[in-house]
Amino acid sequence: MHITELTVHELQEKIKKKELTIQQITNAYINRIEEKEKDVQAFVTSLTEEAKNESEKIQKKLDNEEIEGKLAGIPIGIKDNICTKGIKTTCSSKMLEDFVSPYDATVMEKINNENMINLGKLNMDEFAMGGSTEYSYFKKTKNPWNLNKVPGGSSGGSAAAVAANMIPWALGSDTGGSIRQPASFCGVVGLKPTYGLISRYGLVAFASSLDQIGPITKDVKDTAILLNIIAGHDKKDTTSVEIEKKDYTKCLKNNVKGLKIGVPKEFYGEGINEEVKKSLYEAIERYKKLGAEVEEFSLDVAEYSLATYYIIACAEASSNLGRFDGIRYTYRTSEFKDLKELYKKSRSEGFGQEVKRRIILGTYVLSSGYYDAYYKKAQQVRTLVMNEFDKAFKKYDVILTPTAPTVAFDIGAKSNNPLEMYLADICTVSVNIAGLPAISIPCGVDKEGMPIGMQLIGNKFCEETILNSAYTFEQDLKFRENYKPEFKI
Amino acid sequence: MSREDYEVVIGLEVHSELSTKTKIFCSCPTKFGAAPNTQVCPICMAMPGTLPVLNEKVVEYAVKAGLATNCEISRNSKNDRKNYFYPDLPKAYQISQYDKPLCKNGYIEIETKEGKKKIGITRIHIEEDAGKLNHDEFSGGSLVDLNRAGVPLIEIVSEPDIRSSEEAELYLKKLKSILEYIEVSDCKMQEGSYRADVNVSVRKKGDTKLGTRTETKNMNSFKSITREIDYEIERQIDILEDGGTVEQETLRWDDVSGKTFAMRDKEDADDYRYFPEPDLVAINLSEEYIQNIKKELPELPESRKERYLKEYNLSEKDANIITASKYLSDLFEGAIKVCNNPKAVNNWIISDISRILNETETEPIEIPFDSNQLGKLVILIDKGTISSSIGKKVLEELFENPRDPEEIIKEKGWIQISDEGAIREVVKKVLEANPKSIEDYKAGKEKALGFLVGQAMKETKGKANPKMLNKLFLEEI
Repeated sequence: MHITELTVHELQEKIKKKELTIQQITNAYINRIEEKEKDVQAFVTSLTEEAKNESEKIQKKLDNEEIEGKLAGIPIGIKDNICTKGIKTTCSSKMLEDFVSPYDATVMEKINNENMINLGKLNMDEFAMGGSTEYSYFKKTKNPWNLNKVPGGSSGGSAAAVAANMIPWALGSDTGGSIRQPASFCGVVGLKPTYGLISRYGLVAFASSLDQIGPITKDVKDTAILLNIIAGHDKKDTTSVEIEKKDYTKCLKNNVKGLKIGVPKEFYGEGINEEVKKSLYEAIERYKKLGAEVEEFSLDVAEYSLATYYIIACAEASSNLGRFDGIRYTYRTSEFKDLKELYKKSRSEGFGQEVKRRIILGTYVLSSGYYDAYYKKAQQVRTLVMNEFDKAFKKYDVILTPTAPTVAFDIGAKSNNPLEMYLADICTVSVNIAGLPAISIPCGVDKEGMPIGMQLIGNKFCEETILNSAYTFEQDLKFRENYKPEFKI
Repeated sequence: MSREDYEVVIGLEVHSELSTKTKIFCSCPTKFGAAPNTQVCPICMAMPGTLPVLNEKVVEYAVKAGLATNCEISRNSKNDRKNYFYPDLPKAYQISQYDKPLCKNGYIEIETKEGKKKIGITRIHIEEDAGKLNHDEFSGGSLVDLNRAGVPLIEIVSEPDIRSSEEAELYLKKLKSILEYIEVSDCKMQEGSYRADVNVSVRKKGDTKLGTRTETKNMNSFKSITREIDYEIERQIDILEDGGTVEQETLRWDDVSGKTFAMRDKEDADDYRYFPEPDLVAINLSEEYIQNIKKELPELPESRKERYLKEYNLSEKDANIITASKYLSDLFEGAIKVCNNPKAVNNWIISDISRILNETETEPIEIPFDSNQLGKLVILIDKGTISSSIGKKVLEELFENPRDPEEIIKEKGWIQISDEGAIREVVKKVLEANPKSIEDYKAGKEKALGFLVGQAMKETKGKANPKMLNKLFLEEI
């Protein structure tokens, strides 16, 4: 197998056995990026030159035993809304085209402490608003399984780069499905951790009460490894929770006997593609075969979740994006008469359509006279959604749903129809509203060979349960051995 | 109708900067007067991705202020975002508190001519200050200084219980003195760390509905505030008398012309789109926490005043003046400890020190000398080392260049002459030179003695012990 096809834990094995050096690994990825980036268009900022030097340095330090660390020299890619000191962080927006962060996000400090090598900043929907990465100001990322299809979004660059073997793993962010949905579309693994498990310090905020950083990887074990690195309380983020440090690789038991799986029928109804449904039913049968107890039940949240999500997310976004005002580090319009015009023109020209749409929506729902009808009502529904999930988790260990109603769609198919684009989030948003952890892993492909993802939702801070459930399924299905992108190496 | 037919209704919103060492949501220092943008970090500059962390001292100080003004302290409170665009507000929202302030339903007492009056306090909440815009003389544009962005504030909102500019001033002074006593704010008005938004309306006496109010923002001197209120009362009554209606608007006070002006941007109705700050967790205070702060509250002006009346026999008026300022009051008590002469210290503070403060428009906090130095000055007079008229000169010197009074009089050669021999010499000399005055005195003109004493004082440059001088003149004549 080619180096770039290996998972991180496989790379670690080979480094340990001295079968591979850091430089060999880095160079393999650099070559791969040089070869495939023109097709996939995953990177906003490529750091391949820097990576060459970095890999040399790290190899030397390892040889001289100056550093240890099981992940030293492992390449990674970072979604371009996570702040990286001295490197552009654009959020794929014209607004931040030239923004260089003066500080590292907390997760970046952790990645750097491990001496991992950052291969670049990855494309996304502008300010993480979208489900196809078509709303990037810079480029449209392609799905490696079919270059005419979208990679999903908003972490489309991260998922596509991992699927195309241009990086072994990546960090993404998930506000309403932005890790899980592209992971599903690109046939890789994506975890949205419990709200509060990962520090948000340095993640450019879209919707503060929903945003969470998480790993996008080739398999479940790699997700557990990366989660070990990034999880934990941070003094700089008071919404991050102080809980006991865990080793998430220890929970991967390859055993789901007696596991109680709830299947909410509302997630298998109208609007869900038949082939997706079929693949999910097969997954249910596989779990039964593996010894899990599966039961259908009613989770009355899906219907309200989408509206609730778009009200809360847009309200918070309208406030969070106020700081991009043309005064300091942002795009500034070239000509203006007065302060008001400076604001108006800078923001009109600097933000894309979708971002503006959401700012307007969010401003509206917070306005006096509308607050009670929209924002306040949405917060009440949010509590109901949490209660519904609480009830469900009294009966079940995990909840199994499709990750997205369809497989990856054609580029351009939905980019002019915001409502239809919003519907792509129907299976994922309730998880963010309730602050729960959920993982998407591939469970099959459709007739055209496009990957289908399934979502396992866990109770708060029960990442171990969904990781083991996903791992056990993955070991049985062997998706990566059986399917890969039509994408010759 | 005449002016007397109208009732004035005033409400005040006071913003007071808290004297915490660091800002409310980051660890930048809060010191006033640093070079622009030197006390900033990614958080208070609102760099993308940064998050606030609430400074616990800010909560503690606000709770102190609440307890000292008889407020209920909320066990459960939260922060909210107030959204608006302005270049001095880098996040485009101010983190404040909206519907769940830390403190509410309090009051303070003021002493009006008609007696004691309670002024209700609606609420006290915590929030962050904005930065400052400085005019750039070179480009003609504005430059943003974010040193003040994130400096903690409390906003203290009064009930509309105030009925005149005098009452407004009494309220503001009392509130300021309380904040100084509990040491949560230094209340330096000229630095803007104690400022008020003034709401004024008038209505016909007997009306239960409030009149339309105007709000004048960011007033930071007592004098301007009373002038502004009096002007606004006249203006509003004039409008109503002419059959017009007062418009609800935000005004700016111009100290030079002595008038209020409507601020620009009237077409924008304020809609701050308040919503709960999702980046911060709720503020939950235990009863124990609140009780601990209560226990540690220092003595407040009221109780100090009572003590001064009893322990030191001060007059009501003097006790009021001294306890109105924590700094004066501390100066008073400190000096007494040194010299054990409350009456003399009282006199110094009430007369000479207050006069100098008034003349130089200085606030008590800015008095450059300490209580020890004042106490020593009193001792020097009590011991007869200097006369009280030299004492006044020493005091002026203490304001100019504070140091040990003993050092001052040595340096200046102001030590009083109490040596009988030396003084007798001077007396003889003066008598020799003024035979006419001796005759006058003997003829019954008491004034002549005064003249002679004056001459002797002149001779000794004021250093002669006056009592002794009198005695010796009488002996020698």
